[in-house]
Amino acid sequence: MGAIQNKLEGPVTDELTLVQAAKRGDDSAFEELVRRYDRNVFRIAQHITQNREDAEDVVQEAFLKAYSNLAKFQEQSKFYTWLVRIAVNEALMKLRRKKPERTVSLDEDIKTEDDSLPREIADWSPNPEQQYTQAELREILSKTIQGLPPGFRTVFVLRDVEGLSTEETAAALELSVPAVKSRLLRARLQLRERLGRFFQKRDNGDKRESGDGDL
Amino acid sequence: MKCSDFLQELTNYLDGVLDEPTKVELENHLSWCHNCYVVCDTTKKTIEIYRDSQLYELPEDLRTRLRSAIMNKCQQHKRRGPESV
Repeated sequence: MGAIQNKLEGPVTDELTLVQAAKRGDDSAFEELVRRYDRNVFRIAQHITQNREDAEDVVQEAFLKAYSNLAKFQEQSKFYTWLVRIAVNEALMKLRRKKPERTVSLDEDIKTEDDSLPREIADWSPNPEQQYTQAELREILSKTIQGLPPGFRTVFVLRDVEGLSTEETAAALELSVPAVKSRLLRARLQLRERLGRFFQKRDNGDKRESGDGDL
Repeated sequence: MKCSDFLQELTNYLDGVLDEPTKVELENHLSWCHNCYVVCDTTKKTIEIYRDSQLYELPEDLRTRLRSAIMNKCQQHKRRGPESV
């Protein structure tokens, strides 16, 4: 059992060249940056907001903010990390507007260290995702991640889905590296435990009925 | 290594950033502790399933529409000046 390989999307070699051209007023360079990162921003936004229309808004607002604040962008960090920070803030603002009764921030739901400790240890079937159709699997994954506090799922999506490093995630969320690691561990363990309801090995041999109705 | 120590190191282990002596100790623990082995294995699978799921992919038609809306708004912003956002 080894380390997880990160998924890296898109080359980053000439990102700075594009940013500098966009700063000089070259809109086609900025459009190239949109093309390069729109899918990532959309995924991040939908993971956080859990709503497709909100995610579409976040994509537009994040890129427009990046465009209008480009002159302020210090080229010491990666443009993508800066863009992600803008997008995460926009997405969290959407959530706050929708759930004014709850304070939505990256600091919420920090309970005791024990809340994510594994309680369910049962092993999963081999290739558990193949027990379900694509549509069923999407539904399971989507509902499962929805159950995590926004602060946890944000860290999880940046680190494990988008493949940002721990340091980049910390920079994008303005959190410390230990805080990112602690949330990531708890997010991973909580997701594992929840997915276990669907993916566990069953003694009766009928795996398809295993997790139904538990969402 | 105790099970609680294993849990502390799990994220670093899965991310491949553990120092060699701790990694050896952890893998030794996994070789006899079935519960920790299962937690490690299923956590790894959890990450892989999400990473490979293509959940929330942006459809190409929506992508084109969004990009065009973004660039239009950027043009408007340029015309109106920096106070418009």
